[in-house]
Amino acid sequence: MREFFKKRETTLLILIAVMLLLIVSQAPSFVSPENILRIINDTSILIMVSIGQFMVILTGGIDLSVASIIGFSGMAASMMNQYFPEMPIVFILFAGVGIGTVLGLFNGILIAYGKVPPIITTLGTMSIFRGFTFVLSKGQWVTAHEMTESYMHIPHGTFLGVSSLIWVGVVVSLVMYYFMKYVKTGREIYAIGGNKVAALFVGVKENKINIIVYSLVGMLSGLAGVMWTARYAAAVNETAIGFELFTVAACVLGGVNIAGGSGGVAGVILGALFLGILTNALPVVHLSPFYQLGLQGVVILGAMIVNSVSEKRNEKKLLNRRLQ
Amino acid sequence: MRKILILLLVLMITATFSFAAGQKEADQDSPLKIVLLVKSLGNGFFEAVADGGKEAAAELGNVESIYMGPSASTAEGQIEIIETLIAQQVDGIAISANDRDALIPVTRKAMKAGIKVISFDSGINVGGRIVDLVPSVEELIGRQQVQLIAELTDYKGQIGIVSSTSQATNQNAWIKWMYEEIKDPKYKDMELVEVAYGDDASDKSYREAVGLMQKYPGLAGIISPTTIGILASAKAIEDEGMEGKVQLTGLGLPSEMQHYIENGTSGQMALWNPIDLGYTSTFILEALITGKVAGNEGDKIDAGRMGTIEIGKDGKAVMGTPFVFNKDNIAKFAVMF
Repeated sequence: MREFFKKRETTLLILIAVMLLLIVSQAPSFVSPENILRIINDTSILIMVSIGQFMVILTGGIDLSVASIIGFSGMAASMMNQYFPEMPIVFILFAGVGIGTVLGLFNGILIAYGKVPPIITTLGTMSIFRGFTFVLSKGQWVTAHEMTESYMHIPHGTFLGVSSLIWVGVVVSLVMYYFMKYVKTGREIYAIGGNKVAALFVGVKENKINIIVYSLVGMLSGLAGVMWTARYAAAVNETAIGFELFTVAACVLGGVNIAGGSGGVAGVILGALFLGILTNALPVVHLSPFYQLGLQGVVILGAMIVNSVSEKRNEKKLLNRRLQ
Repeated sequence: MRKILILLLVLMITATFSFAAGQKEADQDSPLKIVLLVKSLGNGFFEAVADGGKEAAAELGNVESIYMGPSASTAEGQIEIIETLIAQQVDGIAISANDRDALIPVTRKAMKAGIKVISFDSGINVGGRIVDLVPSVEELIGRQQVQLIAELTDYKGQIGIVSSTSQATNQNAWIKWMYEEIKDPKYKDMELVEVAYGDDASDKSYREAVGLMQKYPGLAGIISPTTIGILASAKAIEDEGMEGKVQLTGLGLPSEMQHYIENGTSGQMALWNPIDLGYTSTFILEALITGKVAGNEGDKIDAGRMGTIEIGKDGKAVMGTPFVFNKDNIAKFAVMF
């Protein structure tokens, strides 16, 4: 029990509860079961991509190109659907995921073999992939009447009363949780970020890990791209612009050390949910949009301070106990 | 396409030579040659401009409407075409310019040669044309949005706005005029409750539209004067199952909004219409060529079904209220732009 309260995830859970209470005092209908589902549905894409971002940050890197990968793969998948309406949806889904993986792999190769720092590489590819999107689409959008019903139905189908978008989010979360906790490669990702020299000495291959990590985040972004365009029934050239910062914020809120080495999938999911609740609540709260923008920043910063202070205190306690 | 064009050009040039320039004065019956010179060929928007030009030519009777444009949208391509048009001694050119300034020397040359030059859609700076036709003005756009939503909601209920960013100049000016328009007593049962900012991002616009519907359970309508905003709002209304309860209008491209106009999520929306641009440009040129007006400030031109167009300061002329798209005409325009 004591262990439970020391965890960073617990602090975040408490913060989420406090935030929900504050919102409910303003808009009571906000916590109705259907609205909670709506928020989780809305946050599923953020959860998927944030988990990818989490792995990258674990290794001490960062991927700023995720939003552009979402945009490109979403546009590519939508155009396939537009020009080949009889193509099976499963194939388009895999194509979108595949395109994302290839773009991620490109990042990984540049970082692993080109020895370009991740922040620079992905800053560059962020523009490159976005540029590709415009080239591919010639600036045109793909909208509802050019998409097939089955394509737009991908995220909206329901199973046991829950949308398939949420199910995809849940499956991704479970698989990635297992992967990071129990699979050797997952542990190696932690090792590289925690203590690179030690990891190299025990035989972890840094290049291999980098390539795996960036391909994985690309893959998840590709999946997110298909989901995004299908969900909003529109593939525009600006899809997801600025989204990369939300994925980083979700990770940091979720207790991932921005310098690498520590954090967990559960924390990232909670971090993403925190942001999801916040962005869904702001339009409902009676507050001027200009205050909303400021409030969003204040709440995120405040949560981070509470979170890291409570962590520091725990560390100190642990340290004291050891010294005694 | 290109080959045919070159062939046409060659034919035209030979035709001009064989009929000799001197004959032109004497030949009063030959129709006025009015050229619509667009940014580039193969663009649905400009094909529609050409249709408007033909429509006006048919109504005027004394005009031959010619449609031209470079294969790529460059100022150089347009300059070349204008040079050949000067040689052919056409009567008037209406240009959608690829560059505000680069065309000025050649259009001046054309005007010196007696050709009337105006610009439309994408204007040429003062000095390089007689009239610049702009599709609409802030006031007309803003006021029309309120009229459109009022027609959809029977002049009743709360109306929310999903705009782009909070500092977008266009949207803010239009919204200001919406607040002016709704002061009219005929809207006494209507209220603009809130302006939400979707930042022209599909996810944020969607969330803001859902937020408006949650915050105001009796919401009667949404106005979204921005293309991504209206698209995302339409999807939000559909997903929430509020079609028919929450009405939607705004400014949107027909090709992008066809689905939602046809299924009734958005009963009607507005945007300037390329057909009207070609149509009005042809009327203005005809009036200038025949000397009905000189093109000075305050001159009034009769432009057929578009009513009277008045020339304002610096030769700016405003076409009018944006065109309204609905179930009946959306399919026709969706293939154009």
